[in-house]
Formats: sequence, C-alpha cells, structure tokens
Amino acid sequence: MASDMKEIIRLEDIRRNFIVGEETVHALRGISFTIREGEFVTIVGTSGSGKSTLLNILGCLDTPTSGEYFLDGVSVRTMGKNARATLRNRKIGFVFQNYNLLPKTTAVENVELPLMYNSAYSAAQRREKAVQALIAVGLGDRLQHKSNQMSGGQMQRVAIARALVNDPAVILADEATGNLDTRTSFEILVLLQKLHAEGKTIIFVTHNPEIPQYASRNITLRDGHVTSDTTNAHILSAASALANLPINDD
Amino acid sequence: MNFTNLFKIAVRALANNKLRGFLTMLGIIIGVASVITMLAIGQGSKRSIQREISEMGSNMIMIQPGGEMRGGVRQSAEDMQTLTLSDYEDIVNETRYVAATSPSVNSSGQIIYGANNAPTTVYGISPDYMQIRQYKVAEGDMFTERDILTAAKVCVIGQTVVDNLFPGGENPVGKVIRFQKLPFRVVGVLQSKGYNSMGMDQDDLILAPYTTVQKKILAITHLQGINCSALEEKYTDQAIEEISEILRRNHKLNPTDEDDFTIRSQQELSSMLTTTTDMMTVLLAAVAGISLVVGGIGIMNIMYVSVTERTREIGLRMSIGAKGRDILAQFLIESVLISVTGGLIGVVFGVGASLAVNAIAHFPIFIQPWSVLLSFVVCTATGIFFGWYPAKKAAQLDPIEAIRYE
Repeated sequence: MASDMKEIIRLEDIRRNFIVGEETVHALRGISFTIREGEFVTIVGTSGSGKSTLLNILGCLDTPTSGEYFLDGVSVRTMGKNARATLRNRKIGFVFQNYNLLPKTTAVENVELPLMYNSAYSAAQRREKAVQALIAVGLGDRLQHKSNQMSGGQMQRVAIARALVNDPAVILADEATGNLDTRTSFEILVLLQKLHAEGKTIIFVTHNPEIPQYASRNITLRDGHVTSDTTNAHILSAASALANLPINDD
Repeated sequence: MNFTNLFKIAVRALANNKLRGFLTMLGIIIGVASVITMLAIGQGSKRSIQREISEMGSNMIMIQPGGEMRGGVRQSAEDMQTLTLSDYEDIVNETRYVAATSPSVNSSGQIIYGANNAPTTVYGISPDYMQIRQYKVAEGDMFTERDILTAAKVCVIGQTVVDNLFPGGENPVGKVIRFQKLPFRVVGVLQSKGYNSMGMDQDDLILAPYTTVQKKILAITHLQGINCSALEEKYTDQAIEEISEILRRNHKLNPTDEDDFTIRSQQELSSMLTTTTDMMTVLLAAVAGISLVVGGIGIMNIMYVSVTERTREIGLRMSIGAKGRDILAQFLIESVLISVTGGLIGVVFGVGASLAVNAIAHFPIFIQPWSVLLSFVVCTATGIFFGWYPAKKAAQLDPIEAIRYE
C-alpha cells in the first residue's frame, strides 16, 4: 500500500507570513501533510487560498516563516539560496502554466537546460537524457523543432520533458493545463497519468475542480488551512475522457 | 556549474539576438579601431621625427655667441664677436667628452656655374663637421686640414646644389663654380639627406674650409659658432659642462656673470619634439578612448534592456537550479563576448584604417603591438565593467517574481 512507500515530502506546521506595509498577511497558517513516492496529488484552492505560496515553498523557491519542510529527507527551512538552487536542480521538476520555454531554442536544448546546471553530466549524456525525456512525452519526432514552431500542447510536453530530465523526486505542476483547450488539457492529463503509472510523484496545483478526479489524492486549501485531504478511490481515466470528447469539426 | 556550459549558454543567448549583438558591438569596434589608428599615427610621427634627429646627429652640440647687453640693449647673436679660434682650439685640446669639433661661419649668396645660378649658403667648417652632422661624401673627397691651413678655395656641395648647377647630369667633381665673385673648385659631392622634420632641405649647402669663408668671403676673425659632438649621446651633459667651463674661463667671466654664449644640444631638441608628439598621441588616444567608453555605455544599456526583457528566462533558469552566480556569470560572459568580439573586429579595422591612412595620406604610421594588446585588455575590462551592473541585477532577481513576470 501507499503507506509503505518512501516519504518524499513532509510538511510540519508550515506558516508563511508576508509583511505588506504595516500589516502582516498570514498566507499559510499551519499546513501539515506527507506525500509519499508514487502519489499523484492535486492541491486545489481558490485564489487567495495560499496555494501559490505553498507551491513556492514546496518548490524550494521560498522558505516558511516557521515549521519544518523535509524534501526527500532533507530539511529545507534553514538552507541558503545556493543550496536550494542545487536542491531544485536535483530533486524538483517544474511545469508552469505558460511553459516558460526559451525562445528560438530547439526542444532538445530546452529539455537539456536543467542538466546544464549540473556538472555531473557530459554533453553527450545530457543530449541522450533529453532525447529520452522527449520520447517519453511523445515528441521523439520533434527534437529539433524550435519553441516558436510548436503548438501549446507540444510546448507543454517539452516543458514536462524538461521537468523529467533530471529524474526528480517530485514533479511540481502549476496550473499546467491552464493555458490549453479542453482536448489538449486531457492529452496532458493522459501524459501525467502515464507518468504516475510509471511511479513518478506528481503534485498538481490548480483551481480547476475537475482535475482531482484524475489524481490519486486531493488536498484542498482555504485561507491558509488544509480543509480536506482525501484519497481518490475512483481515479478516472483521462484517456477515456479524451476518447469521449465530441470532435469539433467546425 | 562548469564554465563550458555557462559559455555555451551565453553564446546561444547572443546567437538568438544577432542584430542587436552586432549593433552593440559596433560601438566597441569603432572605439578600438580609432584607438589603434590614432596611436599608430601618433607613434608613426614620433618615430619619423626621432629617426630624422638621429640622422642629423643625436649627440650634436651647438655653441653660439650669446646676445650681450650693451648699455641696456641686448645685441643680436650674429653681431657678437665673442667666440674665437682660441675657444675652438681649447675645446679641441682640453675636453674629454667631446669627440669632434668644428668651427662654423656661414654666408648666403648666389652660386653660379656657367649659365646656371641658385641661391644657397656656404658653411665654413673643418672636416670634423662631417662626423658631427653625419654627412657623407658620395663622389670625390672631402677637403683636408691642409686646405684649411692654406685657406684653399675648394668646396664640397650638396645634392640640391648639384641639381641646380648641373642639370645636364655632368660630374661636378673638378669643376670650378663661383660663389658671388669667388671661384671654388668642387672636390666632392655629399650624399643626399633629404628634408628634415622642420622642412629644411639638408642638401642645399656648400661646405668650404672655415678659413676661406672667414678671410675671403666674410672678412672676419671671430667665429659665428662652434659645432661639437659628444662622445656618445649620454655624455652630452658632461660635454656641455666642459665646454661651458672653458668658454667662461677664456671670456674672463666672473662667477656672477651671465654666459655670453649659448649651448644647445640636439638631445634637448629631440626631447622637446618627442614631448610634443607624445602629447599629440595622448590627445588622439584620449579622443578615441572616449568613443570606447561610449561603446561601453552602449553595452551596459543593451544588457540592461536584455535583463529586463529576459526576466522570465532568468526566473526559469533559477527555478531549475541556476544559482545567482551562474546568472551573473552568464550575463558577464555575454557582455565580455560582445566587447571582445567587437575588440577583435576593431583591431582588424584599426590596422586596416592605419594602413589606409599611410597609403592615401602618406602619414607615417607605426602600429605598436602593445597598443593592440592594450585596446584588447581595455575591451575586456569594458565588458566586465559595464556588464557588471546589469548582470548583478539579473543575479539578484527573485525567482518567484521573475518567473511570473509579464
């Protein structure tokens, strides 16, 4: 069962305050949960619920005001900027809403990017890993396409390949389908479910209430608190949802 | 993070913006090219002046009678009769740092041979003069000490005089020419020295025994000047001191009296001219240097725009593991690459422009290797200096804000 799997993320009473002028804004007011290897977790909340702040902390871009965060067994709270940069490079794969690919740059080069900041990889290894990651997201035939020659769905696949290339402990997707039409969104969900089936740990932050149906677990945030944390017993198949979509010919 | 990867990243970023990179480079190209060209022109004229001076005899010392005060009126140096033959003889006999000494008297007038005539100057000198001024006899011989003792009417003539009097290409040696009414037999022709840096024709002269000029042309017994040469250029000051002592003693001057003669050395002239050309070089280089600074500011401007424009890229790089110093290094490498590439192209253009100036305007040029090296170093420094602030700004961006920057 899932509880036998290794802990990837453990949050213990995470609080994050921002000081805006004279006021202190409590964005997170004591968040605790554990995510184990192989889970596909959605974090859902309206804007202002604190999900962006939580995502920044999970992604080691920000540190909590108080509380402990262990990523793959390492305490992040006391880490310096550079140590966190290295940690992101080794343990986290980011997927953004607006893809954030480098312009005028080929798919392979975009995917190689995280490994450019890891001197353990040679140029040849880098290339090979990037090609493998692109094949894994179904873009094996578009290695040399430049980012401005691709559709939104293809760009998001490149971004996912980029998130996979460093074999991260966790993939953090931030509204990864937010800019895509329904059909392409389902295509991306199919891909994420496939990666989940292969044992990847995925955290998907969204405000779209449909997406939790396709994940294994759902955490809901409101006003800086976790209001529900449920395991999804009936995971829907994104592939069949995609097959049932009406085909738009007009 | 290794440097090769950062370098690759920077090259890629530049390749994505070729036109902008080139325009930025243009400032540096023009700056470096003008620095190199200006230094080449400055150094070229300095060298050509130095060469001319050493051709004139770099260890030459010229003694002239000084303008004396008579009843409160300073007299012209030429009217002075203070320099005498005994001064000359004492300089020859009593000095240790003087290699050659020659008296000097001269007279200007018309020189005539057959139907041709031309104005020129007759210099009355001793054969030592040849060594002092570094003249050489091309044809025939120099006159001798014996000719001086007998005040013989013989002479050696310069190439301009030959051209004026013997346009048909006759051999002048052995011919008799007339200076005013006095006939001189030509015993030799001087090797041509051309014009000096002040535009004086160094070949338009006649050399004759000083005794002949004194007695038969000027009818005087004093000397108008004495020319010497120091043993070596570095002994010029000692030689001047020796000469000065002898002259003060001979002229019975009290220790408080002013010198009644002036001693000038070629070294003084040479250092004066060198200072002038050096100043010119510095001025030219300064003007050119300003354009290099303007080019540098261009780099800074573009790098700032580039950092703002690529805020999201920087945010992305940071979120996938780039450290602040990686971003700093990337942008620094970009600006150094722009300035160094611009510098290289600038060197090529600068050398080309110098050669063009030389070929078209006939300016003497000299491209000093250090000036190329210097402009190169300045370029790299410019890249780092003007790239630093934008790069620092990029490195200090907050990835959370940068990644969502619109």
